[in-house]
Amino acid sequence: MPLSQDQKVVHFLSRTSFGPTPEDVQKVTRLGIRAYLDEQLEPEKISDNTAEEKVAALKTMRLTSRELFELYPPPKVAQERGMMPSEMNAPRFVILELQQARLLRAVYSQRQLYEVVVDFWNNHFNIFAAKGADRWLTTAYERDTIRPHALGRFRDLLLATAQSPAMLFYLDNWLSVSPDGPMGRMPANARRRGLNENYAREIMELHTLGVDGGYNQQDVREVARCFTGWTLVRPRGDPEFRFEPRLHDQGAKTVLGTRIAAGGGIEDGMKVIDLLARHPSTAKFIATKLSRRLVADDPPPSLVNRVAESFRRSDGDIRTMIRTIVESPEFYSPEAYRAKVKKPLEYVASALRVTNAETQVTHQLLRYLGRMGEPLFLAQPPTGYPDVGASWVSPDMLLTRMNFAADLVGNRIDGARVQSTALRDTQQFVRVIAPDSLSSGTRAALAETEGLETLALLLAAPEFQRR
Amino acid sequence: MDRSRRSFIKSAGLGFLALGLPPSFLVRAAGAQQGNRGKVLIVVFQRGGMDGLNVVIPFKDRAYYTLRPSIAVAEPAAGEERAIDLDGYFALHPALAPLKNIYDKGHLAIVHAAGSPDNTRSHFDAQDYMEIGTPGIKSTPDGWLNRYLSEKRLSDSPFRGVAVSPQTPRMLTGTAPTLSLSSIEEFRLRNQSMGTKLQKLYTQSTDPLFRQGGNSLFDAMARLRAIESKVPPSLATYPVGRFGNGLKQIARLIKADVGLEIAFTEIEGWDTHVNEGGATGILANRLKEFGAGLAAFHLDLGDRLDDTVIVTMSEFGRTARENGNRGTDHGHANVMFVIGGRVRGGKVYGRWPGLAQEVLYEGRDLDLTTDYRTVCSEVFARHLAQRDAARIFPGFRAATFTGLLA
Repeated sequence: MPLSQDQKVVHFLSRTSFGPTPEDVQKVTRLGIRAYLDEQLEPEKISDNTAEEKVAALKTMRLTSRELFELYPPPKVAQERGMMPSEMNAPRFVILELQQARLLRAVYSQRQLYEVVVDFWNNHFNIFAAKGADRWLTTAYERDTIRPHALGRFRDLLLATAQSPAMLFYLDNWLSVSPDGPMGRMPANARRRGLNENYAREIMELHTLGVDGGYNQQDVREVARCFTGWTLVRPRGDPEFRFEPRLHDQGAKTVLGTRIAAGGGIEDGMKVIDLLARHPSTAKFIATKLSRRLVADDPPPSLVNRVAESFRRSDGDIRTMIRTIVESPEFYSPEAYRAKVKKPLEYVASALRVTNAETQVTHQLLRYLGRMGEPLFLAQPPTGYPDVGASWVSPDMLLTRMNFAADLVGNRIDGARVQSTALRDTQQFVRVIAPDSLSSGTRAALAETEGLETLALLLAAPEFQRR
Repeated sequence: MDRSRRSFIKSAGLGFLALGLPPSFLVRAAGAQQGNRGKVLIVVFQRGGMDGLNVVIPFKDRAYYTLRPSIAVAEPAAGEERAIDLDGYFALHPALAPLKNIYDKGHLAIVHAAGSPDNTRSHFDAQDYMEIGTPGIKSTPDGWLNRYLSEKRLSDSPFRGVAVSPQTPRMLTGTAPTLSLSSIEEFRLRNQSMGTKLQKLYTQSTDPLFRQGGNSLFDAMARLRAIESKVPPSLATYPVGRFGNGLKQIARLIKADVGLEIAFTEIEGWDTHVNEGGATGILANRLKEFGAGLAAFHLDLGDRLDDTVIVTMSEFGRTARENGNRGTDHGHANVMFVIGGRVRGGKVYGRWPGLAQEVLYEGRDLDLTTDYRTVCSEVFARHLAQRDAARIFPGFRAATFTGLLA
């Protein structure tokens, strides 16, 4: 059965935001989906005072990596400087504020689509924030690398990540040098003594072509050679990307069948970025992943092909791809409706949003996310977190969701206050979370409860686990 | 699966609970009929690609020291920070000292130059291949541990297959229901009155994903409460962290006789591209946790060790030669441990291919002489009485067994 108008609005909001609120539903109903989408696709024109004020209270969010290292040094450095080590000046605090900011923006930002897309790219170009110097580099990575390009051109985003201190450090490219260059041969050079393939492999497998995208081990090596010299100076001081000719392999290379002449210097890496960003496998891979996030775990091939085509035609314009997806017939198909399981960030943020909870974001609140399987910025493997429903419904994850719902409504979570009036009208509430979609079982269970217990039950019910 | 039978056993189990009888009674009965009551296989996955050459060190292979000038572990001799001799050719990394006793008792067998035969050096692909059990074929929908559970239905216990890991690993994914948890104590609902309603909501849901999830959740919770009163927490000292905790939970489930057949846990942090270290350092620290965990588990199990086999594996080994950053890159063959009361341990199994340049795999890695599926087929056949491994590892047949199990 095709979606009703109410269902369309809620469906649209549950894919382009961290969960519909009564206000959002009203607004979209008034403006129409098209006009609302136009607005969301130009986030710079939306004023966002509440979220900005809350994030501004987290002081690390404004600081440079150098300042972060100064103020939140590793314990050994702190000791040398005679600082009193505490929770408040430990490197851990930097990650904590980063996590707080992510959840605050998910809950409060008016630029919801933008925040959804930022979250998507952060996961696509994953950094494990607890790896060594990345403790001080991930704040700038999210702010200066991902956010400016999240709705821009894929090629620019790819280049920005390739030259970001956080990525250079995370995937070790800063240490990769030509084995034949002057630095490569120097035994005195403690850490850099040859090629490191880590980044070369992941940029193809995870960032662009996909694992079946048509490259082989030889290409991995050649790409690694092209990126020699793309390095990082002062990772634990004043980190900065730099091209260092003395570390670069000056020879000729062949990447994916394209010959790159000797002596190209930094241009070798730029050519790889262009080759990869414009490769048909990349269009397909990015189209698949975006459609998976916005439509369904196994997005229909017809849609993926159309989005890949719009990637190619727009030269990788992310806005254009999102519009293609959200305005497609597949997006509004009955198969796509409520087809996605909320990942933990989506579940928690949507619960806080729909209950209009006054949110401060504390350790305790973030711990629920960890136990549901998504500690923010802490996905260790370069794959980031999975984006398929079955990954999020193991019994212990479900149990944590149920306990979260009960604790939230019972006001047992530091940093989230739900008003006793949060559920005035159950019918209206249901229209916001799952219009005409409650099972008879859920309706029967609701009839046996009242007040806040009804609210807790709604948030814990299977229906609220989907979007 | 057969739902009517499952729900019968489940409600029967809950009924026994109400009468104060442990539901494991049912499981024992079911298992006894099949003739291998209480046998358990535990897989420990070392994610990230462990550097097997620095774990079980071929100190008599002269190439080892040439290939690894800054990260080699010194050959066995008196003094600190030296490898621990096993058989005059191989030696254990010093951080694995707690495993030496277990080896000497004959409870630890080592298989060197073992692993997955596919040549991929992608973590993602290599883990996937190892977990689905068909290296080179990506379309396999389920994991081999789950295929065993589907093939052999000893009982309907929700604890037949348990993963103590952040999420259900691919290896245990498939049509047979399994459970993943982080700890027995914390596995409870805080609001009981809501719990009753939620149980109904989920177990009668029209949404199959959540109905299945809810069924396992509520079934498991009821049974875990019974375990808590029956089996006290262990006194063995496990290392702090997810790995030690995981093994501790598995030991408790084994001792509780709840019908555990397959358990999975994992330990991360093996991707040592940079500053790997030799006798001390990054790899040594991972090994310390790994060895201490296995040793505590060995001690904790007591006589149940006879019913238990632990197999460890990692998606690939690492380059024979150290890289430019005093680390190692993604390689090929690795080393596997098999621990159990009935294991013919105290021996390093497998043919050693050597580390000379001309015999290195693709000119850079330790060659593979034992497929990990050979080791696992042997465990299935001789420990779990599953002689036909064709369904578990489609397209694969072990030519000969290593002999590490009688």
